[in-house]
This record gives sequence, structure tokens and C-alpha cells, in this order.
Amino acid sequence: MMSVLDNAWIIPALPLAGAAVNGIFGRGFSKKTVNAVAVGSTTLAFLSTLALVAEFWKLPETQIPVIRDFFPWMVAGSLRVDFAVQVDQLTIIMLLVVTGVGWLIHIYSTGYMAHEGGYYRFFAYMNLFMFFMLVLVMGASYALLFVGWEGVGLCSYLLIGFFFLKKSASDAGKKAFVVNRVGDFGFLLGLFLMFRTFGTMDIHTVLTKAQTMPVETAGIGTLTAICLFLFVGAAGKSAQVPLYVWLPDAMEGPTPVSALIHAATMVTAGVYMVARSSTLYAHAPIAMETVAVIGCLTAFFAATIGLVQTDIKRVLAYSTVSQLGYMFLACGVGAFSAGIFHLMTHAFFKALLFLAAGSVIHAMGGEQDMRNMGGLRGPIRVTFLTMLAATLAISGCPGFAGFFSKDEILWESFSSPYGNWALWFVGTFTALLTAFYMFRLVFLTFYGTPRYDEHHVHVHESPKSMLIPLVVLALLSLGGGWMAAPALFGGKNYFDDFLSPVFQHAEEIRSQMPAGGSHEMEHLLMAVAITGALIGFLVAWWMYVRSPKTADELEAKMPGPHSVLLHKYYVDELYDAVIVHPMQWISTNILWKGVDAAGIDGLVNGVGKLTRGVGQETRQVQSGNGRSYASLLVAGAAVILVLFLWLGH
Amino acid sequence: MPVASYAVILSAILFGLGALGFVFKRNIITVFMSIELMLNAVNLSFVAFGRLRFLLEGQVFVFFVIVVAAAEAAVGMAIILQVARNRHSLNFERIDLLKQ
Repeated sequence: MMSVLDNAWIIPALPLAGAAVNGIFGRGFSKKTVNAVAVGSTTLAFLSTLALVAEFWKLPETQIPVIRDFFPWMVAGSLRVDFAVQVDQLTIIMLLVVTGVGWLIHIYSTGYMAHEGGYYRFFAYMNLFMFFMLVLVMGASYALLFVGWEGVGLCSYLLIGFFFLKKSASDAGKKAFVVNRVGDFGFLLGLFLMFRTFGTMDIHTVLTKAQTMPVETAGIGTLTAICLFLFVGAAGKSAQVPLYVWLPDAMEGPTPVSALIHAATMVTAGVYMVARSSTLYAHAPIAMETVAVIGCLTAFFAATIGLVQTDIKRVLAYSTVSQLGYMFLACGVGAFSAGIFHLMTHAFFKALLFLAAGSVIHAMGGEQDMRNMGGLRGPIRVTFLTMLAATLAISGCPGFAGFFSKDEILWESFSSPYGNWALWFVGTFTALLTAFYMFRLVFLTFYGTPRYDEHHVHVHESPKSMLIPLVVLALLSLGGGWMAAPALFGGKNYFDDFLSPVFQHAEEIRSQMPAGGSHEMEHLLMAVAITGALIGFLVAWWMYVRSPKTADELEAKMPGPHSVLLHKYYVDELYDAVIVHPMQWISTNILWKGVDAAGIDGLVNGVGKLTRGVGQETRQVQSGNGRSYASLLVAGAAVILVLFLWLGH
Repeated sequence: MPVASYAVILSAILFGLGALGFVFKRNIITVFMSIELMLNAVNLSFVAFGRLRFLLEGQVFVFFVIVVAAAEAAVGMAIILQVARNRHSLNFERIDLLKQ
């Protein structure tokens, strides 16, 4: 039988083929054909991933990572980039998340997008996205990773602006693209510096070479600089402070896009990249600290903004930013596998939250404002139950997926040699906020009395194609955490064990540092975190179920803080004033009117004017008067004659 | 002073007259005649210099000039005839259609 491992290119190639078929011929296809191509190719990709995992399982440890070189892509001087894939434990996890969740969301989309125009276009973009995301996680070189990185950015742009006739949607697409460009600039600088330092961009070679370099405790050395540059890229792609502003606006895209790209997969690429480079980061403690602090700050700020948003998808968007902050916090304190674990559980429950929100929006006929919902728990029971499961998971209810991953992160942020109590405190407080805003969302949407016009809005449960993915994801949100569960009771953390070879070197460096904390301490902190989540839940319940007026009263009492949060700390306004407007002014007054109109046009037009002017003057000589010609002729001849006579002597 | 020198001086005078006529006359036929006059002045100087230096080329060249002048006169007269027919005028200065 053919080995999938030796033909690993097939996994990204399948969605690419799907995208090509749908993108080129899809216009004439019926919806059924488009579905068959799009969902079929992702199903095959998922199945090949499963086959790959089965083969990978049997491999002896010495053969990992598996690197398969298919063809040289760029050869220029000492630079050589091959189209090569690398399969190790981290790749396996990412592959399963991307193809698994991607497959479910494709199925969901066939129901959700059924009434939208541009059906084939949507699925072509989605498949293209899958292709780039798979290149990103499988690439054996940072250059190839960057190809995937840019490709998913492109698909993100295309899908955010999917309803391109709507100005806000196309603006949001552009915003995402431009903000990501800022991050990618940092990423590129990191890649250049890396190439200069190691002479290659091959991930395995770079990391192996880095292992022999000293740990840069004293100050900013080359590795620290590389790590910081790479993190700028990660902050752009994964929406961290200060580059997070594009993600909330990205909600203009169709909901399955928000679920797949802006929650489960693409935005976690930054976390993946940092975890992939764990060896580099372990040698750069300053970069680690930066990652941890930025992650922690992002988690907190995004959560506070999420408290007051009224658009159901925007709450989830800020929640995503906040959870991504947690993942970076984990990476920053050296708990890379905890970060990846949270990435995985987050992919389950956040994809579920978005899909369930999509189901709510579908049921409400396009309404997204939670103030116009309420009491939906009865009419759309399945959606409600799955959403509840996801909410319990994200708020850290014991037993659900998010509990285990978040708890591990909080514990590591306290006990790790890189961590401290401040990181833990902010993280735990954010967990409280998370529980509050998520239950606020659930209560506003599903509890209380209906606030929509019941005569006009016909609330209906979504079709099966949408509900089945919801249920599958709900089961994963429920059970996905148990892979790492026994660790709590002093047992084996299967997830950690599985990933440990990837982070082995980083872990070695970390274990040489003094660490604090005991099992009793861990249980105590866990109790604090659970209490925090419970408080968040109770406050939400009090404010939105028990006495719904409290929220409005509180809002009236504190108009200042409320409007600051509602306007997202005026960060967009600040960027507008500090960056966008000066940029526009410079573009208009200097670049356009100065350089282009006066300089370049002036030069071109000036040459034309000069030629015309000279012509205007000299044409006077050609009077058309025969006698003046004759006079000139004779005069000229006379001059020549005189010259000859004069020079002849 | 050799006889040929007088011929050269005569040729210069004739050429000068022709040039003046060419420049100052308005009647197109007079202008044409002035050109012929200049040509013949040149012919005269050819012959004179040939005689002066005992070379045959000067004499032979005159024949070429006469032939060309004859051809030019035929073409030129034909053009003048057409212009006169079309514009009912022989005024050199009024033939300025290209300028307008």
C-alpha cells in the first residue's frame, strides 16, 4: 500500500484541487456539485490525515520528525528552499485540528450559506484557505511556513470581504490585510535575520543549530532579536496588543468564516509558530517575557471590551482575542504544550460558539444584536444546548475542555520559572471576566422575554447539516480536555507526554531554572480560579436574569467607564488620529500633490512643454513666404562664401 | 590680367544680378529667369576656370548643367502654368497655401 507519510503533499493538495475546480468551473455548477467538490475534498484531506496519524503512530521515535522533500522551490546562491513537509507530534495535532474542525465547518457551511449568492466562490475560498493553512502547519521551512502564513491572510481578506458590496465588509477586509502587513513586516525581518545567522531557513536545521548557542540572559542578542521579530508577526496574525484591532472587524465575514479562520485555525498560527520555534524562544528569556506580558495584557483588555459589546459575534471576537492571549501567556512562561492544548480545546469550543451563534443568527433571520433577542432557549433547543456546552467549556467549568487547558496555563503562569503571581492574578481575573461575558451572552440570547418582533421574525431551528457539526463539536468541548486531565491528580498528562519530544530542548532549559509551587498550591489556585468563574457566572445571572434592570442602572451610574469599554478604549480612534490620518495627509499633500502631481507629472509635462515652446519659437522661421526663404538661402550662401575666403587664407 | 579673369568677374556680376532678381522680384516668371541667369553665370565661371587651368572637366560640366537646367525649366514651367491657371496670379508671394 502507498504510504501517506511519503506522499504527505496529498493532504494540502486535495483542498487545493477542490479550490481550483470550484473556483474555475464552479460558476456553472449546481449547489450540489459545489458541495460535493468542497466537502468531498476536505473529507478526503481529513481521512488522509487520519491515515497519516495511524502511520505516524507506528514510527519509532528516532525517525521523528519525518521530513519529506518533494521538489526544490527556490535555489539562489546559498539560499535553498525546498517544498518539503515536516511531520512531528506538533504537526499531527495541528493537522487534526485544521482538517477535523475545517471539515465540520465545511459541512455546516453547506447549510448556512444555502441562501447566499456567490456560493461557489465561498467554497473555493474556503478550500484555498484549507490548502494554505495545511502548508503553514506542514512546511519544513520557515519560508514555506511564510507562504502558508501569507496565503491564509489572503483568504482571510477575501472571506472577510465576501459580501463586498457592503462597504463595511470590504473596509474590514482591507483593515485586516493592512494590519497584518505590519506584523508580516516584523516576521520578514525575523526571517532575514535568521537566514543571516543560520544560513538556512529550514526549521529543523535552525532549531538544531540554535541548541548549541548560549542562552541570552544578559541582554538582547541575535536570537532574542529573531524571536521578537517573529513575535511581531505572530501578534499581527494572532491579534495581540497592539495589532488586535482587525479581528473584531473581521466579523463582517460570513459566520462559518469567523469560526474557521478567525477562531479555530488561522489566528492560532502565531501560537503555532511560537511553539514551533520553542527552542529559539527558550534561548531568549527577554522574548519569552515579552510574549507572556503581551499575551496576558491582551487577554485582560479584550475581555474587558467583551463585557459591554452588544453584537453577538463581536463578543465572541473579543473573547477569541482574549483566549489567544492565554495561549501566548502559556508559551511565554515556557508551557508550550499547555499553549497548544488550549489552542486545540479553544478550536473546539470557539468554533462551536461561532457556529452556534451563526445558528442563532440564522434562526433570527440575520439579526446579530443581542438586545433584540432573548427567550430563544425554547424555539432553538439544540443550538441552545450546544452553545451552553461551549460556554461552560470556555468559562472553565470543571470537567469541560476549557477548564483543563486554562487551569494548566494559569498554574504554569504562577509556578513556571518565567512566571510570577502578577501574570497569574491577571489571568485568573480574566477568567472571571470570561465567565461573566459568556454567560451574559447566553442569558441575553436565550433567557428572559423575547425582545424581537414575534410577528415578523419567524424563529426556526437550523437544518441538520448545521446541527450535526454543532453536536460533534459540543461532544469535543465536553470531552476534549480529558486527554490532559489525570495530571490534576498527579497522574499522566497524555497530551503533554505526546508533545514533549517537540519541546524537549526548551523544557531542558526551563528545568534548570528554579521553579516554585507544589501540588497543594496547584489545587488551591485551581479552587480560586473556579471560584472566580463562579463569581462571573453569578454576577451575570444576577444582572441579566434575576434583575435585568441592574445592567442598565449600572450603565447609567457609570457612563464614563461604560462608554470607554463600549468604544474599545478608543484604540481605533487613536490609531485613526495617530496613524491613519497623518498617513492620509502625507499621501494627499506630499506624495500625491507634491511628488506625483508636481514632481513626476511636472517632469513629464515639462519635457512636453519645452518641446512645444521651442517649436513655437522656431516655426516663425518657416514663414511660408518664398522670398524670405530665398533671402535666407542667398544670405547663407554668402556667409559660407565669406567664411571660405576668410579661412582659406 | 588673363582674359579668363574678365569672364570670372562677368560671371560674378551676372550671378549677383540673378540673386538680386531671385530675392526681390515678385513675378514668378522673373524669379524663374533669375534662377536661369544664376545657372548660366555658374556655367560661365566653369568655362572660364577650365580655360584658365587648361582642364577639360570645366567645359564638360557645363553640358550637364545645361541638361539639368533644361529639364528643370520644363518641369518648372509646367508647374508655373498650373499655378497660373489655378490661382489667376503670377505673384510669388501669394502662393502660400501650405502655410494656411
